[in-house]
Amino acid sequence: MVTCLNDALFPDAAKAVVRLLHRLGVDVEFPEGQTCCGQPMVNTGYVEEAVPVVRNFVDAFAGYDAVVTPSGSCAGCVRHQHAIVGRRSGDVALQERIAETSPRVYELSEFLVDVLGVEDVGASFPHTVTYHPTCHSLRLLGVGDRPTRLLSQVRGLRLRELPQASECCGFGGTFAVKNADTSVAMGSDKARHVRESGAEVLVAGDSSCLMHIGGLLGRQRSGVRVMHLAEVLAST
Amino acid sequence: MTSTFVGMPAFPEAARTALGDSQLRANLAHATSTIRAKRARVVGEVDDWEQLRLAGAAVKDDVLLHLDEHLVRLEEALTANGAVVHWARDAEEACAVVAEVARSHGVDEVVKVKSMATAEIELNEHLEALGIAAWETDLAELIVQLGEDLPSHILVPAIHRNRAEIRQIFTDRMAAAGRPAPDDLTDEPARLAEAARLHLREKFLRAKVGVSGANFAVADSGTLVVVESEGNGRMCLTLPEVLVSVVGIEKVLPTWSDLEVFLQLLPRSSTGERMNPYTSTWAGVQPGDGPQEVHVVLLDNGRTRALADEVGRQALRCIRCSACLNVCPVYERTGGHSYGSVYPGPIGAILNPLLRGVGTDEQTDSLPYASSLCGACYEVCPVRIDIPSVLVDLRAQVVDAPRGGIPKPEAVALQAAAAAFSSAARMSLAEKVSGFAGRLLGWQLGRRGRTSLRRIPGPGAGWTDARDAPLPAAESFRSWWKRTGGRDA
Repeated sequence: MVTCLNDALFPDAAKAVVRLLHRLGVDVEFPEGQTCCGQPMVNTGYVEEAVPVVRNFVDAFAGYDAVVTPSGSCAGCVRHQHAIVGRRSGDVALQERIAETSPRVYELSEFLVDVLGVEDVGASFPHTVTYHPTCHSLRLLGVGDRPTRLLSQVRGLRLRELPQASECCGFGGTFAVKNADTSVAMGSDKARHVRESGAEVLVAGDSSCLMHIGGLLGRQRSGVRVMHLAEVLAST
Repeated sequence: MTSTFVGMPAFPEAARTALGDSQLRANLAHATSTIRAKRARVVGEVDDWEQLRLAGAAVKDDVLLHLDEHLVRLEEALTANGAVVHWARDAEEACAVVAEVARSHGVDEVVKVKSMATAEIELNEHLEALGIAAWETDLAELIVQLGEDLPSHILVPAIHRNRAEIRQIFTDRMAAAGRPAPDDLTDEPARLAEAARLHLREKFLRAKVGVSGANFAVADSGTLVVVESEGNGRMCLTLPEVLVSVVGIEKVLPTWSDLEVFLQLLPRSSTGERMNPYTSTWAGVQPGDGPQEVHVVLLDNGRTRALADEVGRQALRCIRCSACLNVCPVYERTGGHSYGSVYPGPIGAILNPLLRGVGTDEQTDSLPYASSLCGACYEVCPVRIDIPSVLVDLRAQVVDAPRGGIPKPEAVALQAAAAAFSSAARMSLAEKVSGFAGRLLGWQLGRRGRTSLRRIPGPGAGWTDARDAPLPAAESFRSWWKRTGGRDA
């Protein structure tokens, strides 16, 4: 499950997942029927509109052992919100299929650490890095320190602490445009903390948050790059 | 009904104004980070904190499930203890009861314990219109009242003020309300507190009628409980001859022993203290001790509407601790006034729409969207209110309310996105168009040495006003997979 955002805007992050999983001996498929998890609709209040999107999701991902996604937010939506959409549909068959699919969806770091049981993925990335734990991976999924455990095993990588790391970056989906001023105020503080960390690269497990923080860092000409966790872990 | 502060615009607009106030942002950042750290420290030392949260939620859920029975038991117990119980459907009825009690004793002033319920029903304004002065005696409420200001926090309503501003308010305004501030008042906290104490003491000793809310109302013993820090509450609850308490119907607890759970949860979540300095309890009238006439107004004012909301009813577990405000990154930057209600922050973003109903005014409908859904509020809530889930459900109610009318541009955009996301073929086509645009833009920007967009026209401008936007990828992942089968990753 590459997510709609990675598919259209950040394909390198999704390609990195494929490269990484191949290297770890996983048989990877990309079900071409997949589109979006439906989160943009659900979180904006358009639950009715999300019904066909979720229906498409369960069609695309039925029958796999594990569905891996480079997004804490999309994994969170599938595991916590698809049931809401199912109830809204009133379609019992759909609800049953959601109940089968949802628990098999893993955020990347969960899949690596919990399912594959690896923390050293054989990566090398000789740079100074700071890690932003995205809200949905941290608080909705509870990935805990899995991402930093993975990063700490990467050759040459120097991990710097991010001040006030667990505070939201202010992306928040459509919040970023509906409440753009507040979103930017939150993101500016996050970008300041990233600069204070002294890192060359900001790493996170969600391209959406990285797009927001990276957009601010870019506008500030900070020189700090943003990279998805998958891209760092796929580097050799 | 809980009213919106007069003339308050929808959240995004109010927030924009607040964000421009650098003094406000500095005051709030300092105050919320201090109280956050205090809370984290005292919560961290309780081994069974999660069990306490579960217990708190369970007791409150039982209360809500059997609210009718608990309330009748409460009324019986209070009446047996000599209190007079009144039922108020809305703000108007509740204010009328308090006004009638004051009028029957011929007073033109009452002293008040800090109370969210009386702020919610705008009791002070109502009494003022009848020529009755309602004196706030909590220090922060006094600052707000003297400054003719609005509260911006549930626990610390003057959180948006710093010491220098408070000194100015005391110096300018105290004289008109009673004992003036000393001429040589400085902005040292001890001097400010002393000025307030001297000013208030006269009012405590003079007032015949006290007005309060209650943190808890115990059904089995007919006891009301007020939890506070300054001792002003104890004064108001014991010195006047008459006491009127306005209590939301969700404040009932089945038994005295249930207090064990909440008196641990509340102070640690609220002020970040192990125990609050003053816990006052009173069971009706005690002959010869304290007020000899005790009234209790049980207030609905939208609570039964909230109770009918399957997802939202958990908001009625709220014990008004403010932990969610103190951790909220939106509240920290926009302040409480942006929410346009005495209930600001994450709890206000759900409670106001639940009490008032959605689909009637733009300000209320904007509140469920005043959140990035980061979940920090849920993590600290002592009664486990899943605020993000309630926000998402309320958003659906906001969207569903006008269905069938003329769709907003947002609805058109999201319906178009949903149509594209309902089929991979349609999404693939959309990506080919955006990919072509991406290649074209990339070629143009590349000639100028850039890789991102500085300005998007139309609705996208909200993004690019302060943030660069990424270019659509020249080749989507989907096209790449089709071309390579994932082999040259």
